[in-house]
Amino acid sequence: MLSFLAKRIIQLIPTLFFVSILIFSLQHLLPGDPALVMAGEERDPAVIEKIRQQYRLDRPIPVQYFYWAKGVLSGDFGQSLRINVPVLSLIAQKLPVTMQLASMAIVIALLIGIPAGIVSAVKKGTLWDYGANLFALWGISTPNFWLGIMLIFLFSIKLGWLPASGYVPLSENWRASLASTIMPAFVLGNAIAAILMRHTRSAMLQVLESDYVRTARAKGLSERSVILKHAMRNALTPVITLGALELGTLLSGAVLTEQIFSIPGFGKLIVDAVFNRDYAVVQGVVLVTATIYITLNLIADIAYILVNPRLRA
Amino acid sequence: MTDAALGAIPIDSAHADELESPARRALRRLFHRKGAVVGLVVIATFIVLAVFAPLIAPYDPIATSWTLVRKPPSALHWFGTDDLGRDIFGRVIYGARASLTAGAISVGIALGIGVPFGLLSGYRGGFIDALISRITDAMLACPFLILAIALAAFLGPSLGNAMIAIGITTTPIFVRLTRGQVMSVKVEDYVEAARAMGNPRWRIALFHILPNIMPALLVQATLSIAAAIIAEAALSFLGLGQQPPAPSWGSMLNAAQRFLTNAPWMALWPGLAIFLVVLSFNLVGDGLRDALDPRE
Repeated sequence: MLSFLAKRIIQLIPTLFFVSILIFSLQHLLPGDPALVMAGEERDPAVIEKIRQQYRLDRPIPVQYFYWAKGVLSGDFGQSLRINVPVLSLIAQKLPVTMQLASMAIVIALLIGIPAGIVSAVKKGTLWDYGANLFALWGISTPNFWLGIMLIFLFSIKLGWLPASGYVPLSENWRASLASTIMPAFVLGNAIAAILMRHTRSAMLQVLESDYVRTARAKGLSERSVILKHAMRNALTPVITLGALELGTLLSGAVLTEQIFSIPGFGKLIVDAVFNRDYAVVQGVVLVTATIYITLNLIADIAYILVNPRLRA
Repeated sequence: MTDAALGAIPIDSAHADELESPARRALRRLFHRKGAVVGLVVIATFIVLAVFAPLIAPYDPIATSWTLVRKPPSALHWFGTDDLGRDIFGRVIYGARASLTAGAISVGIALGIGVPFGLLSGYRGGFIDALISRITDAMLACPFLILAIALAAFLGPSLGNAMIAIGITTTPIFVRLTRGQVMSVKVEDYVEAARAMGNPRWRIALFHILPNIMPALLVQATLSIAAAIIAEAALSFLGLGQQPPAPSWGSMLNAAQRFLTNAPWMALWPGLAIFLVVLSFNLVGDGLRDALDPRE
């Protein structure tokens, strides 16, 4: 177990190195002089000089990368050019909002996706199965920004039940906070519920055909007990870890969802940064997102080993 | 036994299956799946609409009219009009051009870069494989849309750059898939035989391995077109794709958001179009996966 963990962590180093090169390279995609492009409308020579100094644009590219990576490793992701705030503190400020949204989305996805997958597998070939499969196709094919807009139209404009936009922190008023995040969380959770449903269905179908489930049935156990106590436990192990890998979908989805519902989170930060030509913030957000994603993949791998005794030896 | 007698032996369905070419068999299986057929019909309809848009669209999609601002659906304007008095039906039809082109070109870019690198990585192995695999891992570590947004932001907002951004972001999926497929195919006897006959490596890769991994690539390409269409709409929605006044489903939804109270039809049609096309590609992708699965 320990050697696996050590091997897995060592594997992360080259991946993180290439992620950093990829993100650093982004600024060299800017057409023409990067300092001029980053300055945008601002043609003040002092601003342009500041950009040149911040990014060390007058130095060779490997030297620029070295200083950039050195800064990142010491927690200095650069400075937002527009509001003069360190990028890391901006991210730290916005991340909890997205985390609240993501946690709610995961709960919604689990509550819908897993029962739907189990029912679909147990009642294979029936209307329930077709219904669950249709739901999965709908979830995967619906653009979340359109679903968000339609939900605003229905629940905010027509019925007046929920606020159309804005965000109330959980610490301020939990009821208002839930009301302001339930729609975006559902929009985010919907696609993941569909993916979880498909994973659960195929895992359950595989498990339901295994010998030990046949033995459990032959022992005379009730169907409910066979499904809930025997089949489900084993089927859900890979599903949970596969579900963890969907975090990328969640973070990508948050960009648009936060934009639609005007939620001041991580996703809105990157979009605002893109339009303000605040490239240091764009790079910082991509880097933090990739690091979170890589770390969660590692945790998912470890969790898979912890819950699977055969892999622990 | 005479030839005539042999000819009289009925060929059972199993033999007929064996005599059929793999491509024909896959097509026959695909056309037996209702979902896939519906998907193909919808995709074909949208392709026809996109190609013949100037003949089908009743009005110029960028012509504004101050007397027709936000008119609900009617016999004259089937899908209603938008905030600038433009015909939404025409814009949805022209929008299909941007979406379908973006889907096809992005996936074309991803295939064009991803497959050669995947072949190289899987077939050569060693340091090249390790290097390509680590770069692929790094790209896959960045969430798809976030990387596409970052790329599109640095490249500059336009439909062309959005397609490049989506194409590059989709590439690692094809590198990884091709590599995995090559690794399992390269140990097969027919590849060994081709090697024993003295075929050069590039020839084995292109003429012996590539045709055998095509089914998996085809399924992934179909599903990736669906993802690319959503990504293009998302980038256009954010203002990083197709630029106004040119119609695109994503930018139409962006404009519609501001007029939800007075003109909800502005949001309905472009969203429904994205949903239908993406659903259809997913149905065809699922159908192809089943049709090309040798276990079926």
